[in-house]
Amino acid sequence: MTIPFNNPDRPNSYIGKTVPRPNASKLVQGRGRYVDDIVLPRMLHVAFSRAPVAHAKIGKIDVDEAKAVKGVLRVFTGKDLAEVCTPWVAVLAHLKGLKSPPEHPLAVDRACWVGEPVVAVVATTRAAAEEAASLVMVDYEDLPVVTDTMTALDKDTPVIHPELGDNLAFRRLHEEGDVDAVFETAHKVVSASFRTARHTGVTLEPRSILVDWNPAEGQMTAYHATQAPHMMQTVFAKHLDIPESRVRVICGDVGGSYGIKVHVYPDEVATAAIAKVMGRPIKFIADRLESYTTDIHARDHEIEAKIAVDADGKILAMDVDDWTGIGPYSVYPRTSAIEGNQVVNLCGGPYDFANYRAQTTVVFQNKTPTCQYRAVGHPIAVAITEGLVDMAAAAIGMDPVEIRRRNMYADDAYPVTSPAKMKFEGLSHHASMDKLMEMMDYDALRAGQAEARKKGKYRGIGIASFIELTNPSPFMYGIGGARISAQDGCTVRMDPDGSVVALSGVTEQGQGTEAMLSQVVAEGVGVKPTNVRVITGDTQVTPYGGGTWASRGAGIGGEAALQAAKALRNSILEVAAAMLQADAGKLDIRDGQVVDMDSGEERMPLEELGRIVYFRGDTLPKDLPRELVQTRHFITMEYPFAFTNGVQASYLEVDTDTGVVTLLKHWCIEDCGRVINPQLVDEQIRGGIVQGLGGALYEEIHYDEDGQLLNGSMADYLVPMAAEMPDMQVGHVETPTKESELGAKGAGEAGTAGAPAAVMNAINDALRPLGAQVTEMPFTPERILRALGKIND
Amino acid sequence: MTEMFRDKVDVSLTVNGEPVEARVPAGQHMIDFLRLELGLTGAHASCEHGVCGACTIRVDGDAVRGCLMLAAQADGAEVWTIEGLTDTNAISDLQDAFVARNALQCGYCTPGMLVAAEELLSKGDLPSRAEIREHLSGNYCRCTGYEAIIDAVESVAQGRAGKGKA
Repeated sequence: MTIPFNNPDRPNSYIGKTVPRPNASKLVQGRGRYVDDIVLPRMLHVAFSRAPVAHAKIGKIDVDEAKAVKGVLRVFTGKDLAEVCTPWVAVLAHLKGLKSPPEHPLAVDRACWVGEPVVAVVATTRAAAEEAASLVMVDYEDLPVVTDTMTALDKDTPVIHPELGDNLAFRRLHEEGDVDAVFETAHKVVSASFRTARHTGVTLEPRSILVDWNPAEGQMTAYHATQAPHMMQTVFAKHLDIPESRVRVICGDVGGSYGIKVHVYPDEVATAAIAKVMGRPIKFIADRLESYTTDIHARDHEIEAKIAVDADGKILAMDVDDWTGIGPYSVYPRTSAIEGNQVVNLCGGPYDFANYRAQTTVVFQNKTPTCQYRAVGHPIAVAITEGLVDMAAAAIGMDPVEIRRRNMYADDAYPVTSPAKMKFEGLSHHASMDKLMEMMDYDALRAGQAEARKKGKYRGIGIASFIELTNPSPFMYGIGGARISAQDGCTVRMDPDGSVVALSGVTEQGQGTEAMLSQVVAEGVGVKPTNVRVITGDTQVTPYGGGTWASRGAGIGGEAALQAAKALRNSILEVAAAMLQADAGKLDIRDGQVVDMDSGEERMPLEELGRIVYFRGDTLPKDLPRELVQTRHFITMEYPFAFTNGVQASYLEVDTDTGVVTLLKHWCIEDCGRVINPQLVDEQIRGGIVQGLGGALYEEIHYDEDGQLLNGSMADYLVPMAAEMPDMQVGHVETPTKESELGAKGAGEAGTAGAPAAVMNAINDALRPLGAQVTEMPFTPERILRALGKIND
Repeated sequence: MTEMFRDKVDVSLTVNGEPVEARVPAGQHMIDFLRLELGLTGAHASCEHGVCGACTIRVDGDAVRGCLMLAAQADGAEVWTIEGLTDTNAISDLQDAFVARNALQCGYCTPGMLVAAEELLSKGDLPSRAEIREHLSGNYCRCTGYEAIIDAVESVAQGRAGKGKA
């Protein structure tokens, strides 16, 4: 039976409705269980002595004073752990030329960034472990420090890893059409430099792990704040020499991830290695300074880009030269080349044009390693593209909405392949733009802007169309050799009383996975969502899966859950048909009752069917299958990625005396295919937008030229707070993917992808009458005043 | 150990309406005392220097940072955490509104956010959205973008005001 999604009055119509999150009540009652809430018998705590300099040879390590601290049981150096844990090299075969040196859980001979773990101290309390870690004495012999991205490949710049030959981690050039010839003859060419700042995720729950090794069972259990429990299971098994079947990763409540918690961190692997050596549970909870110096960073890009348009505003060509510094190591196992690669893949995304050149250059430096953070590469690519499109519109005197309408792929053009060679199954740029114009009342807003300008107020409207990569296939990581699952699975089981349990390989990070799964399974089986208990985040219990990343939970995990639920429904109906002497095809399950499909007449509660199957199976025909547990897996096959699209708008005011930007309102129209839970999708969009607004206005990690991180606290690294954020209006166009019955694509990153570009364009719209323009994020008061010529020193 | 330099301090206080007597390390933060010694893990330690608000608890009627207060300072205090506020149904309307509006995602900031919001609501005024935003601007939320939280608090303020008039 296929689900008639277009009929909102169909039985069990939970998909597409706002259903409360089953796990929200416990969280508002303080009954969440995060890793640091877990205490195990004989548990110990580990703290790390970390490199205080950005690049140094590690000399003598003196741990006598540390060992003398009351409660300290053991101290480990890099050499100690290298004997029990193999190093990793974060490269992927399909990112040709990507190189990175082997990385250990603790630095062995050399420290390469401020914060790199060097010595681990284990004690009976965290306070003792931290005190002792501060007393570890390491002789650091300074080595030359590389911090600047743009000069990293210069001949006189020291090479961080001499064995690799140079500081180039990865370079990719993509070229389509005759770019140079078009730029030579085009009606108008506009060029600009862009810069996106180094960010980090600032998860309120710091990175957390508690690892227990039971030598008698040969089993490792890791309680881990992670997005990808199965990936971590594989990593611990491989590098600590344990069969995968004997590594159990349990991921309970997680206090925010945003991509930060999908990577392999040396201190976390060290914690697991130490647990295996000591045979006792070891807990590591990062403190806030450790979060800033060791959580992955992202988006440290410098870009030169240009666009060519004809007199009608038609885009003829784009040329993008992107540079990024990733720290001293590519991060395992996803690698740190993906963000730059995404910039190449995504620039120009919404637009139908022919000539495209983009190159990314990814270099090593002595700063915290960078890797994938929410909306990987998208905010950069969207800022470049939408910034250039706005500048081109201004240069030819065209409205920014009009120039987009003249260039976006027609809504009936699909499938199409972009000049970046991305395949789009079905997008809705024009419908989304139309809806945005209506929702924001664009013309009235322009009139209001003009009115405000008469009063000396500089208000701006910024538009940003975007595409977003979701539902990745193995083309993202698997083909490169990474053991990262693009497939996901779900097991759905009916218990004797007719209630249902769903075990899924995707994880809950707060985005609403459990609610999404409960309503999909409820509809698929024919019970109420409150009768579906969802279990995620336990590798010894759930089917193998990828977890939460690249906006895949609903699209991949949701489809697996739907198919498993439908399989269970069929199993139930097969038993019911035998019991009722009826045709299974004429029966249905609604609200936990077996009913006649046509009349809706109740025939038997699931509870009765459960009683017979589980306790009186002797009364059923001998050959009748009675499998009330069903598992299904889902993987996308036809497209490497399910692209979504959308368009955002920002309305803001710039105080030209102080440089302060006040956000007045923000809009987003987004097409994530079938919307499973409207409220949860809208809140993903809002949360994502605000993370993007943070990047646009506040967030920037600062380093000095010695590679010292200068703002490693929440007081110094600014993120959006309630008082500065605008209200956001969110709307949808739905173009379901045909790859799955559910038709869902991802929604978790769209807000972050488009918000910075919308703000940049709005600021520049406000400043245009003054001849000023900003393209370096974040757009701080200082940068705005410099653009206005009010600060010159 | 002299009285002046003792490293353990005896405290007697009430937590969630229950009497607690303890000898605490002089340097132990209130949030660690609640979490480690009393098993009250609802409030969280996040920035540990008073910026993020995840550790917000109620002490003698005020919303207080659990990471900026020492347990030794709590002698004689009346302390309420999310666990006690839940058990006594003191903020059930606010909690229900947070769930209904999905004003939380990962939930890590939520116990602190609720205590901070209740401090504003308990004044009995009908705060504007701007006032709600201002009052909660000492509590980070990295997931929601704040709007749903503001909506939830606003709806409870209106609900309580309506109840008061009736």
